Amino acid sequence: MSTVSAERLSRIFVEVADTLVDDFDLLDFLHMLTVRTADLVGASAVGLLLADQRGRLQFMAASDEQARILEIFQVQGSEGPCFDAFRTGQPVLNADLQAAGDRWPDFSRHAVTAGFRSVHAFPMRVRREVIGALNVFGNTVGGNFDGADVQIVQALTDVAAIGLLQERAIRRGELLTEQLQGALNSRIVIEQAKGAIAQAHGVSVDEAFTALRGYARRSNRKLTDAAQEILADPAKLGAPTEH
Amino acid sequence: MVAEPADPVVARLCRLCERAVSSLSAVGAGLSVVAQNNQFSLLAAADPASERLEELQLVLGEGPCIDAAAARRPALIADLGQVEPTRWPVYADAVRDAGIGAIFAFPLQIGAAQLGVLDLFRAEPGPLSGSELRHAFDLADEAVTILLDGQEQRSAKRSSDDVMAGPVELFQAQGMVMIQVGGTLTEAMARIRAHAYAEDRRLIDVAREILGHDLRFDSDQ
Repeated sequence: MSTVSAERLSRIFVEVADTLVDDFDLLDFLHMLTVRTADLVGASAVGLLLADQRGRLQFMAASDEQARILEIFQVQGSEGPCFDAFRTGQPVLNADLQAAGDRWPDFSRHAVTAGFRSVHAFPMRVRREVIGALNVFGNTVGGNFDGADVQIVQALTDVAAIGLLQERAIRRGELLTEQLQGALNSRIVIEQAKGAIAQAHGVSVDEAFTALRGYARRSNRKLTDAAQEILADPAKLGAPTEH
Repeated sequence: MVAEPADPVVARLCRLCERAVSSLSAVGAGLSVVAQNNQFSLLAAADPASERLEELQLVLGEGPCIDAAAARRPALIADLGQVEPTRWPVYADAVRDAGIGAIFAFPLQIGAAQLGVLDLFRAEPGPLSGSELRHAFDLADEAVTILLDGQEQRSAKRSSDDVMAGPVELFQAQGMVMIQVGGTLTEAMARIRAHAYAEDRRLIDVAREILGHDLRFDSDQ
């Protein structure tokens, strides 16, 4: 992948700084970061996983939330580049998926089926603790990251960690746990809303997510708040149809 | 020990609170649930002293339990002496007078489905260690499954599957079933669990069937 332009990179950091000032929605923020990272390095998909209280990686945000892509992120609870980056604290770079069948049998099968050819994973750290990982997929082999790309994507991963802390100076170690748990639960709220919308409107969960995001944008609400609202009153999106 | 309650769900939750006290070197533990009208009520406690500490939050409408439920995330107060006086003006003083130095409140929830809060009271200030925290989360998860089982009268037995660590498909299916039965998310998860138990199937397989429209639940079942 090509080295990114300084101008585009600086625009992203301005956008990040802008977001972090206000009361913001963590899931919206992480989604924005995955989309921008994908644009920046020309990746097919970028996703972010966070560890729950038992140290298992859970899906949090992705530049593309289609069900087939979510599966590739989810399978990494037990194997895959994110699992490795999370365990070792080291990035996994320029892995050729078609040659990774021995290393990650389940993961590479899913990823190759989805049309991906290369993968990278970056550990997400808060102080010395690794709390998750960022996953970058490409659809070509040989479009490898060079040293500068690696530093930039690692920097964006670190920014995602900062978003999680929300408060500028984290006074208590407990606050990180509170935030992480809140974020993991918010993700569940989104999935529940996707299901409710899919059932009420007879659409796929992928289409339901698009509808949810559209509703949040139109009503100028945070994604999690919009999801809560629809779950409390499913008729908000229109009259449910029999399915 | 409080007298053994007649309700089996409450009895199990009381024992869970007792275990929380003994395994986490706490002096008290209490569990409150959210009713339909969003009001909290005390459901179980390790002992009468815990009951008073827990109930006081509900009466005053302030405290870590209330905050944890509102923010839908834990409120881990390692040192009550460090809490700003404006946060819980009455409750903080009252529990400090009762000899409590730290309170850890864990919301009992699955996404937007709120079932209650588990509170842990400690005499000595200081954070829970990493392993204590994991154990506390395990107890909170266990309390969620006990409460779910209580919802579903048809099956008092527990499924061994872990609801909280479910893949996203399980939560999507939960949202679908909520619409199908015209009920709450909590009822939806209880129905899915009961079905998985009755058919001796994994939750994820049941969830995939729901997502694939091969299985649906009805309101009058």
